[in-house]
Amino acid sequence: MIPRHLIIAVVVLGIMALGMSVYVWRMRGRVARTEASTPTTQPVARPAAGPSEQVTLYVAYDEGGTLRPQAARIPLPSGRQERAEELLRALVDIYLGKSSPHVLGTGSEIRGVYLADPGLAVIDLNAAFANGHRSGVLVEELTLASLVATLSANIPAITQVKILVDGKERESLAGHVDLTAFYDVSRVNQLVTQLTAEP
Amino acid sequence: MGSNNAVGSIAQDEGIEEEENLKLLDSSRFAHVLGRFMVLASVVVFSSPTVQKQFSVYSKAANYSVAVVERNGIDYLGLLELLEPLGTITTRQNGDHWKLRYNDVESEFVMGQTRTRIRGNDLNLPASFLLENGRGLVPVLGLGTLLPQILGGPITLNLFGRRLFIGDVAIHFTAVVVKTEPPKLVINFGNPVNPMIATEPGKLEMVFTHDPVVAPGSQTLTFDSKAIPSATFEESNGMAKLMVTTTVPAMASFSNDGRTITLTPASTPALPAHAPPQAPPAVPATLPPVVASREPGTPVRQHVFAVIDPAHGGDERGAALTSQLQEKDVTLAFARHLRELFGVRGLSAWLERDGDLTLSLDQRAAMSNASGAAIYIAVHATSEGNGVRLYTALMPSGGPNQGWFLDWDTAQTAFEELSQITVASVATELESKRLSVRKLSAPLRPLNNVVTAAFAIEIGPESDDISQLSAPEYQDGVAEAVVSGVADVRDQLEAHRK
Repeated sequence: MIPRHLIIAVVVLGIMALGMSVYVWRMRGRVARTEASTPTTQPVARPAAGPSEQVTLYVAYDEGGTLRPQAARIPLPSGRQERAEELLRALVDIYLGKSSPHVLGTGSEIRGVYLADPGLAVIDLNAAFANGHRSGVLVEELTLASLVATLSANIPAITQVKILVDGKERESLAGHVDLTAFYDVSRVNQLVTQLTAEP
Repeated sequence: MGSNNAVGSIAQDEGIEEEENLKLLDSSRFAHVLGRFMVLASVVVFSSPTVQKQFSVYSKAANYSVAVVERNGIDYLGLLELLEPLGTITTRQNGDHWKLRYNDVESEFVMGQTRTRIRGNDLNLPASFLLENGRGLVPVLGLGTLLPQILGGPITLNLFGRRLFIGDVAIHFTAVVVKTEPPKLVINFGNPVNPMIATEPGKLEMVFTHDPVVAPGSQTLTFDSKAIPSATFEESNGMAKLMVTTTVPAMASFSNDGRTITLTPASTPALPAHAPPQAPPAVPATLPPVVASREPGTPVRQHVFAVIDPAHGGDERGAALTSQLQEKDVTLAFARHLRELFGVRGLSAWLERDGDLTLSLDQRAAMSNASGAAIYIAVHATSEGNGVRLYTALMPSGGPNQGWFLDWDTAQTAFEELSQITVASVATELESKRLSVRKLSAPLRPLNNVVTAAFAIEIGPESDDISQLSAPEYQDGVAEAVVSGVADVRDQLEAHRK
């Protein structure tokens, strides 16, 4: 004959084990639901407020090594600086797209554009932009000319441009094009004229 | 009477007026002189050169310099800039407290306080810690206490020279005068070095900015030679200087992969005006002859016609053209072809590097400018696109020239037209050989720093076959056209020589 207190203890332990199993099962389901609903941490394109406007982007084409002015409609904010940033981001989006005419490294971004008087624009690229850039005189100067020409064609009164990488001065974009200098837009426009002509 | 009085009064008035005018004249002269004095004084005060204080760090990870800032008469360094190249570093600011984590080592500093906490131990700095816009500044004098704790190992700190050696990185050297005719000074270094070399009458100075060269046993070395009697070594502002006293013009040359520098009297014909064609030597480049002093009436130097600069080299490989082919190797091979072909035409050509050496862009420009060459040609190679591209300098914004001193960033300005004429001539030759060619300007240093006609050539393959870049027959074809194009404008180039 099994003692009564032993039977009671076994029954209580059984109920506790069953309860724990149900609890663990429910917790597992909750964790799975939480993981599924965790928001993505990948950067998303910043929404640009403002009406769409027609702009001219100077797009680099590796095929032929040329620069071509291209009309585009993009939403632009009212602030001069924000407009400059959105313009260059629209340009970089073309280069990062599937059928890119001038491939940039993954993660290339414009960190910011700063406009200072009189007529100076400072373009701040992220490290991935420079580190992932292909190396070569023409391929690098196509990028530089594309950025400067797009900015000066759409934002009036820019006369000089300086390019930084991650907020710091860098010797060159990818081993060739000099980034230590301040560039006169008028000089770069002479290069743009050379690059827009068919070779 | 009345009229006399009136006349007298007028005369008196005129006298007073004259006196006042004289006073005015005197005061205006005084003001003028004072003004000129103040302008002169301000020119003297403000134009005196201010040398940026530097602190150099030498380690197995990197050799670099950090700017020293002065606060309340004390030298400070940004701790983040100092440690960043050495390991993983994060900082966190909470009010006046600034925490720094270097690899696994936690340090805590408080704005305005000398006490700091590293690895859980309290340490005292010789001056207060400063916090400026999230940037933590520590006194240079405190580095000897701080760094062994943070880095977890011994360091060698030269406070007077502002040089820090982490680990066993120092480069030692020996200097011996070899009694050949003429005698030469041979300096052997433990590792390759890359100093800036400058000359003044009676001395040749080597400045080591990124080489951890340390003093030999004595700061002054004396040699049993009348031509090269002594040398002194000194360290200051994050640099080491070796100054060799010479009584004759001397030139320096590198060998043994940059481990040996040999000083020989410049009378040795290092650069014949008409160099015969020669096989590419295996030794690294010889620096252009630099004349330390000269006898009146003797020629300044023997000019080389063309300076050829094979881009990249050493640590800087340039573009990876294929998994096996690096830009620096293609540029060197092509530059050697150019030198050979210039020699065939009786034009002396000199390579800025004739081996796998690291040269800065400033060094390349300085070497070309010192050579007095008629033409500077930079060589690049690419796997992007096809054909040959010729570039002249796209001049950046620059400052004004100061008398004889040209603005470094726009030094090429006076030679832009001549450079374009040369490029047009080379392009014509390339086209005549049915090679595709494109003329462009480019923001490509050091073209803008060179004070002679200058252009860069970027060679791409004619087809999609990248191996063509290293093919001797393709390189020969392009090189022949380049040399021929340059030779066609030789008279114009010679006429514009410095």
